[in-house]
Amino acid sequence: MSRDSPARRDPPWFAALLIAVTLLYMAAILLLPLITVFAEALRKGLDAYAQAFADPDAQAAIRLTLGVAAISVLLNTVFGLAAAWAIAKFEFWGKSAVMTLIDLPFSISPVISGLVFVLLYGINGWFGPWLDANNIQIIFTFTGIVLATTLVTLPFVARELIPLMQEQGADEEAAAATLGAGGWRTFFLVTIPNVKWALMYGVLLCTARAMGEFGAVAVVSGHIRGETATMPLYVEILYNEYSFSAAFAVASLLALFALVTLAVKTLLEMRFAEELSIQRWR
Amino acid sequence: MPLDISNIVKHFGRYPALKGVSLLAEDGEFLALLGPSGSGKTTLLRVIAGLDTPDSGAVRFRGEDLLAKPVRERRIGLVFQHYALFRHMTAAQNIAFGMRARKKGERPSSAQIKTRVEELLDLVQLSGLGRRYPAQLSGGQRQRVALARALAIEPKILLLDEPFGALDAKVRRELRRWLRDLHERTGLTTIFVTHDQEEALDLADRVALLKDGGLEQVGTPEELYHEPTSAFVFDFLGDSVAFDCTVNGNIAVIAGAPVPIVGGAYNDGGGVAHARPDQLDIALGEGPGVPVHVRNVILAGPDARLDCALDSGGAMDVRVPIEDAAKLAPRDRLRIVPRTVRVWNQ
Amino acid sequence: MSLTPTNGRKPFRFVEPSALPGFGAAFGFTLVYLSFFVLIPLAALALKPWESGWGLFVDIVTRPRTLAALRLSFGAALIAALVNAVFGTIAAWVLVRYDFPGRRLLDAFVDLPFALPTAVAGIALAAIYAPNGVVGSLFAPFHISIAYTPLGVMIALIFVGFPFIVRSVQPVLEDLEVEIEEAAATLGASRWRTITQVVAPVILPALLAGFSLSFARAVGEYGSVIFIAGNIPMVSEIAPLLIVIQLEEFDYAGAAAVGLIMLTLSFVMLLILNLLQGRIARRGRR
Repeated sequence: MSRDSPARRDPPWFAALLIAVTLLYMAAILLLPLITVFAEALRKGLDAYAQAFADPDAQAAIRLTLGVAAISVLLNTVFGLAAAWAIAKFEFWGKSAVMTLIDLPFSISPVISGLVFVLLYGINGWFGPWLDANNIQIIFTFTGIVLATTLVTLPFVARELIPLMQEQGADEEAAAATLGAGGWRTFFLVTIPNVKWALMYGVLLCTARAMGEFGAVAVVSGHIRGETATMPLYVEILYNEYSFSAAFAVASLLALFALVTLAVKTLLEMRFAEELSIQRWR
Repeated sequence: MPLDISNIVKHFGRYPALKGVSLLAEDGEFLALLGPSGSGKTTLLRVIAGLDTPDSGAVRFRGEDLLAKPVRERRIGLVFQHYALFRHMTAAQNIAFGMRARKKGERPSSAQIKTRVEELLDLVQLSGLGRRYPAQLSGGQRQRVALARALAIEPKILLLDEPFGALDAKVRRELRRWLRDLHERTGLTTIFVTHDQEEALDLADRVALLKDGGLEQVGTPEELYHEPTSAFVFDFLGDSVAFDCTVNGNIAVIAGAPVPIVGGAYNDGGGVAHARPDQLDIALGEGPGVPVHVRNVILAGPDARLDCALDSGGAMDVRVPIEDAAKLAPRDRLRIVPRTVRVWNQ
Repeated sequence: MSLTPTNGRKPFRFVEPSALPGFGAAFGFTLVYLSFFVLIPLAALALKPWESGWGLFVDIVTRPRTLAALRLSFGAALIAALVNAVFGTIAAWVLVRYDFPGRRLLDAFVDLPFALPTAVAGIALAAIYAPNGVVGSLFAPFHISIAYTPLGVMIALIFVGFPFIVRSVQPVLEDLEVEIEEAAATLGASRWRTITQVVAPVILPALLAGFSLSFARAVGEYGSVIFIAGNIPMVSEIAPLLIVIQLEEFDYAGAAAVGLIMLTLSFVMLLILNLLQGRIARRGRR
């Protein structure tokens, strides 16, 4: 909070007006949709709500979502650590090009993130004929979904680690080197502990996004319920066949997870403000 | 009585920043508020400016109650320690800001504003630099723009909050001289906060020394230096050394040596005697006086500095003419006897 | 260590020597990973539309349906970003300058669009603004439809873009030194003048940055929009949906063409906004 000073006091009516406007705006834009999810989900009562999850297709969707998220997050965490190590602890030519590439998935539409893999591995894609000849399918399968989700969530862990590690510099690692520690030892005993909260934060954001990704997955998955429908896709399927309460029921599960994510995120931000990077989630 | 500050009390939470300070500043006077950090000098300045409201007390300027007015209406020029220039405006725009901010009826025309800005740039010796942004100016130049900006509103009083604190020593000295000149030309009542006693003694007509939220002493620099009313004042202004002593009438007995007391407030009995490092006599061999041994002899300077260690523990700086120190070396034993002291033990 | 050559120029080295190990492995892995996930896929996107020649690309891009979709995606994104610029800045001001019960909660809540899956937001918004929805039903008697029209698209994009503005402006407001406003007050400026002439210019670069991000996100948005959009070609069909439809018809070149033009247009706009922001931020500094 900024230091209180008579020079900073806005007239009370002005403050009240701005606060009211903000509350109304956020209630209308943000709160209303959130409440609607739960209201619609419970519209037909708790029994119908529970029924929605008893459906094996729903359970398959949940399993698929968790599986995809686990793999994508794992891949991107390893990537994030490697990239942050190279970028933060060394000086090399082309660094900003690499950082731009890492940031790129943030700026492109999720549909395009899915499109590019279809262009590569789909039937008419660059590798399509070769894959077909060898009976390997990527598009419309679990693999394709993982690829698309990994691309969309690629920057999350790296973006949290890089600024922080850059700020921390390489002094401690250099000290470890003079004491005779090898690369892995230095990495696990010196580097990682210094960034553990930023790492956790990045993984959290990455997971949330991976579980909720829709556009990219819609393009590569083929929407085959029971097989390649993640939870967001399953919500779409249910909605399109007018099973509204079921759709909202599954959506409410995702919304609950989103709220948990928000809560944990806020907690991490509050308690570890210095250890997290300066940039907040974009 | 232009500026009449009476009994200002200000707490921040439970912390007492000002414990009832009263002060008078004459018309056109250059008054320094001096003191260590936490003494309340900046708080007092902010109270006068209107950036902090006191819990109790009054501030009157030429009879009118200043505290009744919000900061915007007080017509007080304030120069901040870190300039607080508007980064996105040029120097000229910064200076013009206060004039443009006046209400419709009182606002000068664009032509008048332009002329005045030129005059002020001239006054602070920054002619031709009006189009530059603060980022394109040196620290000293920025501070002068801040000053010009404050003067532009034709303030009744000029307040400066450690204005040279962020500058390096050489620039500080140059600006000191220049500020004194400026004051002579404008004739404005000026109050100046600093923790640097040399600066205060150099610049001010009168100095008000604050400590822990209270006023220790106010007077001309000479009065404070030569007629201090407390040990704190003596110790704060200039270097000082202290000795345990026993007071007997007008004599302080220090390690067996009788020393005349020239100031302070004292009764017979034990006490602490204060002297300046250059008012100390040194002697070799046995006899009365504080026994010390020399740790280091520094001859590079206008006089010699002897870095001594007392037998009883602790260190002492002694200054003597260079000829007297030329024969001394580390580990030599000396006796120190002050020529005159001041004692406060009441 | 090699001695500096006598001509004074440092020899070009890809990476500065360092006491730390592992650069090769880390950088190599990073490069391979980025190639696999970013470079090669984007290359495919860049090259695919031309496989059947210039003509096909131009044809697809200038088709009325494509143009309409691009107009909708970019236009709605622009308007949504503008609306958010206004209210997002107000929200940032409120969160930084005022204290009231629930402020912390409100602050955390700003990030909801980041955390909530787009499809979830999508069906919720469709439900609210449909003619029989909570808000839609208020407008239905006046024959104003929100859902299934470009207006619905805009509302969805307002939802997804909100946090970008707030989170860009907030840190700048938080770091604004109080002395600046105090100086303005001592110089006699009214509160309004101080806010508009002293504070606003300082947050402008951050606002522009947030605007860019909000805009970029909105242009490519899919999940929150397709439920509320109506998806009628030429009227309420967004560009990403066009891509999906073309893929379903196995028209890879067409999909890639639309994708490529979307990306190019976005990058151009972002470049312009970035330059503008840089200009303003660097005011006077060489």
